[in-house]
Amino acid sequence: MPWTPAAKRYNVRLILLSLLYGAFLVLAVYGFRHHLVAGAAAWIVAILPALPLIGIFAAMGRYLVEEQDEYIRMLLVRQMLWAMGFTMSCATVWGFLDNFGLVGHVDGYWIVALWYFGQGIGACVNRATLGARAVCS
Amino acid sequence: MLVMENRLRVLRAERNWSQGDLAERLEVSRQSVNAIETGKYDPSLPLAFRIAELFGLAIEQVFVSPSRAE
Repeated sequence: MPWTPAAKRYNVRLILLSLLYGAFLVLAVYGFRHHLVAGAAAWIVAILPALPLIGIFAAMGRYLVEEQDEYIRMLLVRQMLWAMGFTMSCATVWGFLDNFGLVGHVDGYWIVALWYFGQGIGACVNRATLGARAVCS
Repeated sequence: MLVMENRLRVLRAERNWSQGDLAERLEVSRQSVNAIETGKYDPSLPLAFRIAELFGLAIEQVFVSPSRAE
């Protein structure tokens, strides 16, 4: 389907923020590996890669607000609800398994990857039930 | 889920408009028109009014009230 103007703007923001994430991640890993940061600077550098990811969440929210096509907006909301349900279910199950020592501990930021995967599931559900999908997946 | 029946496909065909033509006139995606036509999605009241006004009809001449549908 042709992309709506709001979807195009979202895509540009997503690409820019992803590039920024890559740059910040390389910077942070390099800084810590070579012991270049310490003290308060270490906290700032460690948080740096998280900021563009937070920006991506904000960009998604903005897209939801800017999208003028109400049907596409509905598809997006459904997709995000599936992502949220999937992510929270996985986190809950893993949390208990971890708690009872059955699985290893996983870094918290993997929740973002799970959420993206959940969006993919939501897009598939939209495709299967409505025969359509939004572009934000 | 209760979905409203509508006469969109007939009204569109009477004017020889494709789904894309109607989508363009309504400033929505073709997907939206298809979803409304096939009863997969009920438009909001503002969009339903826009559709009715485009065809020069009252809203109930385009959409069938669920309580009156057979």
